[in-house]
Amino acid sequence: MERMPHSFLPKPSPDAELPDSRGRFGEFGGRYVPETLMAALDQLEQSYLEAKQDTAFQQELAQLLQHFVGRPSPLYHAKRLTEHCGGAQIWLKREDLNHTGAHKINNTLGQALLTRRMGKARVIAETGAGQHGVATATACAHFGIPCVIYMGEEDVRRQAPNVRAMRLMGAEICPVTSGSRTLRDAVNQAMRDWMASVEDTHYILGSVVGPHPFPLIVRDFQSVIGRETIEQSETILGRLPDLVVACVGGGSNAGGMFYPLVANTDVELVGVEAGGLDAQPGNHAASLSQGQPGVLHGSFSYVLQDEDGQTDEVHSASAGLDYPGVGPEHSHWKSTGRVSYCSVTDQEALDAFQLMCRTEGILPALESSHAVAATLKLAAQRSPEDVVVICLSGRGDKDAAEIERLLESG
Amino acid sequence: MSAIDTTFDQLRADGQVAFMPFITAGDPDLEFTADLLRALDQAGCSLIELGFPYSDPIADGPVIQESYTRALQQNVRVGDILKMVEQVTPTVQVPLVAMVSYAIIYRHGIEAFLDQSQSAGIAGLIVPDLPSDEADSLRSLCDDRDLSLIPLITPTTTPERVARILEHSRGFIYYVSIAGITGERTQLPVELADKLRQLRTQTKTPVCVGFGIRDPEQAALLTDAADGVIVGSAIVRRIGELAGENRDAALQSVVEFSQEMVDSLKRE
Repeated sequence: MERMPHSFLPKPSPDAELPDSRGRFGEFGGRYVPETLMAALDQLEQSYLEAKQDTAFQQELAQLLQHFVGRPSPLYHAKRLTEHCGGAQIWLKREDLNHTGAHKINNTLGQALLTRRMGKARVIAETGAGQHGVATATACAHFGIPCVIYMGEEDVRRQAPNVRAMRLMGAEICPVTSGSRTLRDAVNQAMRDWMASVEDTHYILGSVVGPHPFPLIVRDFQSVIGRETIEQSETILGRLPDLVVACVGGGSNAGGMFYPLVANTDVELVGVEAGGLDAQPGNHAASLSQGQPGVLHGSFSYVLQDEDGQTDEVHSASAGLDYPGVGPEHSHWKSTGRVSYCSVTDQEALDAFQLMCRTEGILPALESSHAVAATLKLAAQRSPEDVVVICLSGRGDKDAAEIERLLESG
Repeated sequence: MSAIDTTFDQLRADGQVAFMPFITAGDPDLEFTADLLRALDQAGCSLIELGFPYSDPIADGPVIQESYTRALQQNVRVGDILKMVEQVTPTVQVPLVAMVSYAIIYRHGIEAFLDQSQSAGIAGLIVPDLPSDEADSLRSLCDDRDLSLIPLITPTTTPERVARILEHSRGFIYYVSIAGITGERTQLPVELADKLRQLRTQTKTPVCVGFGIRDPEQAALLTDAADGVIVGSAIVRRIGELAGENRDAALQSVVEFSQEMVDSLKRE
């Protein structure tokens, strides 16, 4: 098929320059961290900006993505799901087929290369669902870097297969027993480790959250998803999709998918948050839909907190979305209106999970099932001419046991 | 000039070093905190640091984290803390310095928080998650109200950053003795005293040292190097161990420890 003209490539936009030199996406972002971490953040920013211009670095990463991760991941037409839904064509960006089963590896390999470049001897990371933990353990095993993964005790329980995989690859798992024992507490504990180890340790943050430059670095490493989607859409369909849908916890798969598409305003972008049980505080994790601007984990962004600024407890059946904050660039996209954000409930995600399993023979991650659930509603209202792409950010093997438990408890 | 400046002017005139205990507001409840503030004032402390409990304190070790959790479990609110402070300050001579996360200040409304803190009698703020790069606007709002926004310098702060931070210092410099989180350490870095002396040659602003200091012996080694010594976890641990069952014993234990600290810092 003929390559499409350049007008289909992302157009330059004012947003292409974001974040600004102070790490701001509009009013969001910044660095709200203890002074102890500031020098390391400066060093990381410097090192990343140099690496970005370094062809050898970019080539090494591209080689790894191709031969170790198995990229490009397919853009796949989900025909039976489309038929079931009875509206727009549903296509899946198959990040679930990456090595380690999710998009997280795109970022961890990039940051492991940065770790080596900065001459740091040790890596720490937080993980919720365990996908980022597995991807970090994998990248560290690949490069021979010792790593410690902080994981909430509750998540250690509900994501046992990932815990085993991390240990097999030589990672040390530190269960976190403070607070809600989930992702937010794992981030706190990883930051505390970094406070004391910052001279020789790199913190591979797994999402587009945290202090500058993490939201920039993680977005850039994940934007391979959006770039491939553009290329594949042009090749297969001869045009860009009409609608692209991705789930949002911290927002890394959505950030990577949306960023290359943001300048092309013909493409509608929808981020899907975890609506949990209902809209009561504590029963969901929909920071953009239900929260307000505030400070959490080093960044100014939408957050779920009480009137005193204390972080709310959150709930989602999906461990990877069970987070009270969101990346600052998403807050910016919400405020400019470029991306719409909605939420779906645990039950809707579970239903979508089962539908995907049975119509397509694909087990999506419970996180990605949120994007599937929202797509089913949106696609049904559109014509069969329209194309919807779901970022299928990960596979659901890790969730099978927990889903069985949830379905039985009914 | 804030009350903090006046205190350090006096200390320097007398050739003395400040002892500054840290306690968590509302641990185990605000009535105890009020009693403790009065007792610490009587015990010879020069300033008192009052921690506002926060759900996600990334600079704090387990002892202070747990004290925050205890306070938050009692549903201690920012408004209640400020009300308690307002009631106590008329009878407490020494300046109170609030240690409070920017998450709390922002959500409360920045100017409202500063106005209420000032009228309650708080003399300065330490905002551990607001590095100097983000602090310009808050500092200027604090200046308008005679509140000192206390800057932090750590072992990882580069010389360029130190110079920039000193340029805008108010009240005192909080020098963090170690790269790491709060908590008692058996050994402080050997180069600590030298680093403090070096820092004092660069600024007229008093330099206080905190993080890791746990006993009078450690503190005594710093009397010639710093203008003040801050102790948190060693005090909060005593409260955590005792206050649940025997409040008087907890109060007495903290007062005795503080008096030992004050004595160890006394200079002829």
